[in-house]
Amino acid sequence: MSSRRPRSWQSSSASRITDEQINDLVSKLQAVLPEARIRRSDRVSAAKVLQETCNYIRSLHREVDDLSERLSELLASTESSSAQAAIIRSLLM
Amino acid sequence: MDSKNSACGNPNPNPTLGPSKLMLAFRFLRALSLVHRTTPASSRTCRGRRIERAAYASMAYSAGTGRGWSRAVLRRLHHRARRRAVAPRRLSTTAGNRAEALRQLVPGGAGMDYCTLLEETADYIKCLTMQVELMQGIVDSSSSYGP
Repeated sequence: MSSRRPRSWQSSSASRITDEQINDLVSKLQAVLPEARIRRSDRVSAAKVLQETCNYIRSLHREVDDLSERLSELLASTESSSAQAAIIRSLLM
Repeated sequence: MDSKNSACGNPNPNPTLGPSKLMLAFRFLRALSLVHRTTPASSRTCRGRRIERAAYASMAYSAGTGRGWSRAVLRRLHHRARRRAVAPRRLSTTAGNRAEALRQLVPGGAGMDYCTLLEETADYIKCLTMQVELMQGIVDSSSSYGP
């Protein structure tokens, strides 16, 4: 392959994105990851943050999938009135 | 949705409903009861998939059209019936292929520049977390009081 790419991640007409801006965005991303996955106080590499972000999003997608099935079973198994009552209770709690 | 300053993802077992969470809850519960009323009792898998689509739809509607990921989710949902084939992913060459795995996970990520992708990802995670908490809360309270 040819030599390494020039350091311009954006097209020249767009505003200059500095490394500092990117680091800022990456640390903001690190802040929304749960503590169990990545300690917010640690200074970890951007690659690590991105990797944990991907893992976290995948697990959230799986949770939505799983919870959708459980809600489906819930709607099927209970009488409609008690299901609706439980749903309203969950809102008020 | 002004959630940039709030710290989401805290393991609070009983999250109090702020205004954005309340809107999310209303939308999702309304969609849920619609699914309940209109899906025959026999088709369990179909109902599960409809509930999942309702989850992403209410998430995206609550986030509004100001976000690339929510627009992408709504586009995907509205075109689902018409176009079953998955469109080939168009990777913007000017943005480069950084974070390709992430681009495939965040709706609309393929066409975003790197900085936008990072911003959108943070917002997407916040909204997804809220949606999961909401659904978990409904399941939990139903099993507390259910038969």
